[in-house]
Amino acid sequence: MTVSDETTRLATASTPDGAPTPERGPEEVFEATVAAEGRIEPRDWMPEGYRKTLVRQIAQHAHSEIIGMQPEGNWILRAPSLRRKAILLAKVQDEAGHGLYLYSATETLGVDRTELTEKLIDSRQKYSSIFNYPTLTFADIGVIGWLVDGAAICNQVPLCRSSYGPYARAMVRICKEESFHQRQGFELLMTLMAGTDAQRAMVQDAVDRWWWPSLMMFGPADGDSPNTQQSMAWRIKRHTNDELRQRFVDMTVPQAAALGVTLPDPALAWNDERQAHDFGEIDWAEFTAVVKGAGPCNAQRIAHRRAAHENGQWVRDAASAYAAKHADRSEEPAA
Amino acid sequence: MSTTPDATWPLYEVFVRGKRGLNHVHVGSLHAPDDRMALHNARNLYTRRNEGVSIWVVRADAITASSPDEKDPFFAPAGDKVYRHPTFYSIPDDVPHL
Repeated sequence: MTVSDETTRLATASTPDGAPTPERGPEEVFEATVAAEGRIEPRDWMPEGYRKTLVRQIAQHAHSEIIGMQPEGNWILRAPSLRRKAILLAKVQDEAGHGLYLYSATETLGVDRTELTEKLIDSRQKYSSIFNYPTLTFADIGVIGWLVDGAAICNQVPLCRSSYGPYARAMVRICKEESFHQRQGFELLMTLMAGTDAQRAMVQDAVDRWWWPSLMMFGPADGDSPNTQQSMAWRIKRHTNDELRQRFVDMTVPQAAALGVTLPDPALAWNDERQAHDFGEIDWAEFTAVVKGAGPCNAQRIAHRRAAHENGQWVRDAASAYAAKHADRSEEPAA
Repeated sequence: MSTTPDATWPLYEVFVRGKRGLNHVHVGSLHAPDDRMALHNARNLYTRRNEGVSIWVVRADAITASSPDEKDPFFAPAGDKVYRHPTFYSIPDDVPHL
């Protein structure tokens, strides 16, 4: 092999991916990178629809984490032991952290996070419908960890392979932490199930209330999810809603058996032919109503988030004033 | 109402050294009114589970980056210098330790 042959081959092989060349326009580079399971990074060219869809998807996810602090925060002071308080506090702090990782990812797409907060408290952007249900007993805390975080993990693990780099990396961090969330919930429920009849009844009641809303977390049925195909082509959604819902049901049934609770669905049964569980029809009218704002807690969640934001104004002002004062001092000439 | 102070708080990029002997690695970003708050916020946000032994925070506007548009020409000088790679040199298989 001559030196010039070798040179040509190596130069071609080392062309950084994602870079447009005279032969390939930016759109082709984008399509090829996504198709080859490559990652799109913040300053790469991307279609406007891709950017918009990502902002909507990541912002909605971030808002869900932030609003998701409320149903559980509600129980921090009433958790029955110091151990349970410390666990719950750590979990709620994680939810805040997850929201911030995700807001950070949206900012790489040219969005300001202040603007996203405004859109959330003005109800112009959505969050997961699950957080519009109330947490009535302490068993709900366990069931949220087990079912709600379990469903979230099902949804989120495939997103660690999202084509958008900053989102995929945020999801990797989040998924690592979610595993603690789910396990603490299951352990809490096992503890209650080993208790009195009243405690077992409390767990069953919580499961009865949270099961169907948990299944709704995967979104509308595939036939009613018009954006799925485009999002899957862009690799920002990796499985359809119904695929993930089925996976969640199949994972959860044996866990329910281990716990000794009944999932409130008479149609739930193993289908040997499909090698999967059949389950009953979701109440889509309820889903639509909750998404549109008519859930038990929609108004309360947004009012609380707005109050927290407005009541935090003086803290932000004080931090800014302190930073400004010290910046002025450091500019003064040394004595 | 986009005039709240945090809208004007600068963006900081956060780098964490996972353990002694490793480089600092970029982990994400945050907003803070000043360097010290940025460091504290980074501690709370990115090292809740002993993920680090050292943190750098750098104002995003202080970072100079290469542009993706000129990636090809910018990195081209490395593309044609195959003799910088050990595999460029053919050495008989039976020569040891080379």
